[in-house]
Amino acid sequence: MNFPKIDLNKLKNEGTESVTVKERRNFLKLGFAITGVYASGKILSLSSVLNDVAYASGGTDFVEKYPYNPHYSMVIRQSLCIDCEKCVEACNKTNHVPEYGYRTRILTRKYQGQLDKKVEFIPVLCNHCNDAPCVRACPTKATYKDPVTGIVRMESKKCIGCKTCMLACPYDARYFSAERHAIDKCDFCWEERLSKGETQTGCSSACPTGARTFGNLTDPENIVFKLVHQSEESVWVLRPEDGTKPNIFYMKGNMVSVDNILKGQKFIYSDPAKS
Amino acid sequence: MTGSMVNISKRWGYHGLDALKKASPGYLMLMGAFALLALAGVSVGLHGMITGYHHVYGVSREISWGILISAYVFCVVTSTGLCIISSIGHVFGGEAFMPIAKRAVFMSIIFMLGGFCIIFFDIENPFRMAIYNVISPNLSSNMWWMGTLYGAYLVFMIIEYYFLLEQNHSLSRLMGFFGLVVGIAAHSNLGAVFGMLHGRPFWYGPYLPIYFIFSAAMSGGCAIMFVSTLAWKINPEIMNQRMERAIKAICQVTIFLISTIMFFTIWKIVTGMVSHDKSLVIMALVTGDYAINFWCFEIFLGMVLPLFLLVRSRGNNFNMIMWATGLMMVGIFFMRYDIVIPGQMISVYHSLGVEEALDIIKYTPSFHEIMAALFGLSVICFAYFAGEKMLNGHQLEKHEIVPEGGYICPGCGAIHFMEEGETEEDAMKRHHKIW
Ligand code: SF4
Ligand code: SF4
Repeated sequence: MNFPKIDLNKLKNEGTESVTVKERRNFLKLGFAITGVYASGKILSLSSVLNDVAYASGGTDFVEKYPYNPHYSMVIRQSLCIDCEKCVEACNKTNHVPEYGYRTRILTRKYQGQLDKKVEFIPVLCNHCNDAPCVRACPTKATYKDPVTGIVRMESKKCIGCKTCMLACPYDARYFSAERHAIDKCDFCWEERLSKGETQTGCSSACPTGARTFGNLTDPENIVFKLVHQSEESVWVLRPEDGTKPNIFYMKGNMVSVDNILKGQKFIYSDPAKS
Repeated sequence: MTGSMVNISKRWGYHGLDALKKASPGYLMLMGAFALLALAGVSVGLHGMITGYHHVYGVSREISWGILISAYVFCVVTSTGLCIISSIGHVFGGEAFMPIAKRAVFMSIIFMLGGFCIIFFDIENPFRMAIYNVISPNLSSNMWWMGTLYGAYLVFMIIEYYFLLEQNHSLSRLMGFFGLVVGIAAHSNLGAVFGMLHGRPFWYGPYLPIYFIFSAAMSGGCAIMFVSTLAWKINPEIMNQRMERAIKAICQVTIFLISTIMFFTIWKIVTGMVSHDKSLVIMALVTGDYAINFWCFEIFLGMVLPLFLLVRSRGNNFNMIMWATGLMMVGIFFMRYDIVIPGQMISVYHSLGVEEALDIIKYTPSFHEIMAALFGLSVICFAYFAGEKMLNGHQLEKHEIVPEGGYICPGCGAIHFMEEGETEEDAMKRHHKIW
């Protein structure tokens, strides 16, 4: 497998600032029950306090509880993305996305280094926010958070097409589909794949480099759990300041660290599901 | 049939189609022109609906609210404003404001209906709205509250208007009060529809709901002066001394409100310039693509010129007021446009520094969008001109609340108050200082 020459260690991390062990302890002392992700020394995604699931009584660590089960999530290992757009193709095909729309896309970021240019590709899609602004904004509950899986889905027949949700979404994840007479958006392929027994989304199974890993965040054996809960590499989310509590996590995707995380398990990059 | 017509005409001042037949040919032609424009607008709008809006509208995934939403905002802001300004008189008893009540409430209803005409062509499935707004309400959605409260507002205003016509002043006052409360709630929710969107820093925050209320009052003052002075052009008889006094009072209030909005605008620009998230948009308004909109229309036509002319008119040069407020209405339209579009010009991924989101996103209204907006606006104009004739310039001897102990002065038409043991004549003499 050929990867573009990118200096992984020098790439800028746009995520949250590092949190030292001391800060982390202090944070835990506040006694907040946290449902969300605490990964690699960085607090990423916290939901409301005073939940009855608190930190473990030992006091040095806490038990995480995710609001959904299975709590679907995607971890994007950004430096593995080569902009082949196979995921976008697969998505369009699987979900019958019209040519004027998209559910996911690849953004390009260029750095002008002193000696060379660097390019970085950032896949984006619906973040299936735990605190989804689109769900709050919709007047008719046409878009809703699935109570079991946490997937943000559409009930098309209720959509009046006011487009408030498109503006409410801070990730530009929605478009109006004339064919469906409703908003269309990523549903983690629930309708076309997951509900039919598949375990991977169209995009994650099409990705030749394993940049997109999809799975269940409540399962400690699952790849996304492992990637989010490792401490070798930093993990971040997009636009954390909006407080949407996204479920798409980003990391650089340094291979060595990933191998370490998986504790020697051979990780086959072309099929993350079989890790 | 004729019997009841006579009756209504007496009680309501309804002069029916006969009044239109008597109108001058020029007047009828003007009405015809607006009717044709509305017809053209609705046909183009329906054409767009059938072909699919995404083929014919200029709005896109990123800029999904275009000129139609701007025009809708313009209409409902003006409607709420008319309700606010007129309620000073007939709800809160500000005597000077009373004579405008009927026309203001009528126009407030018309502007609201015009707004609904426009939004009909913006919402993709307007028919579903009627069903699912009711059976699947999302109480945490500002959009839901805005729609529902505006619906209730329209109902209250119509009932209020009925009682105004019936001269049942206590009920019209009560309805007017409900209408005002619901209208203000609806309107601040409209501000919150914008103000509570994450990732849209140009809108986000409490600024817009507050700004919208003040801005509505300003638009209302402007609109009522415009329609009243225009009505005076159509039929000079509608101006009696009470109306003159009303115009003068509204003129003063409007001058104050324009100054307030100027402050709002200045601080929006100044704070925006130093904000990392907003400066790109602010610069587009100040020096970029939207500079003409901003400086020529919003600032000059919408605020500076009317402020100057209204001050100069001293509230009694009706020609000057008519021009000032007429141009101001145009300026206010751009004011709304300059809120709706620029808020969407910056991609949510701009801060990520990606190639796709470096520049501001462009939007140009398409022919279909402009026509659909003109549909609503010409419905308003048509209804206005029809109303002036058919409702006899919204005049009846007295269609306002006369407070207890007061009476309408036969000399000047204003409301006077009698003191203890005074006769009407004594009171009149006292008021007019003829003793
Ligand atoms: S990313 Fe956008 S569409 Fe997806 S859940 Fe969040 S707000 Fe809604
Ligand atoms: S466009 Fe549809 S899904 Fe989006 S807010 Fe409006 S009704 Fe809800």
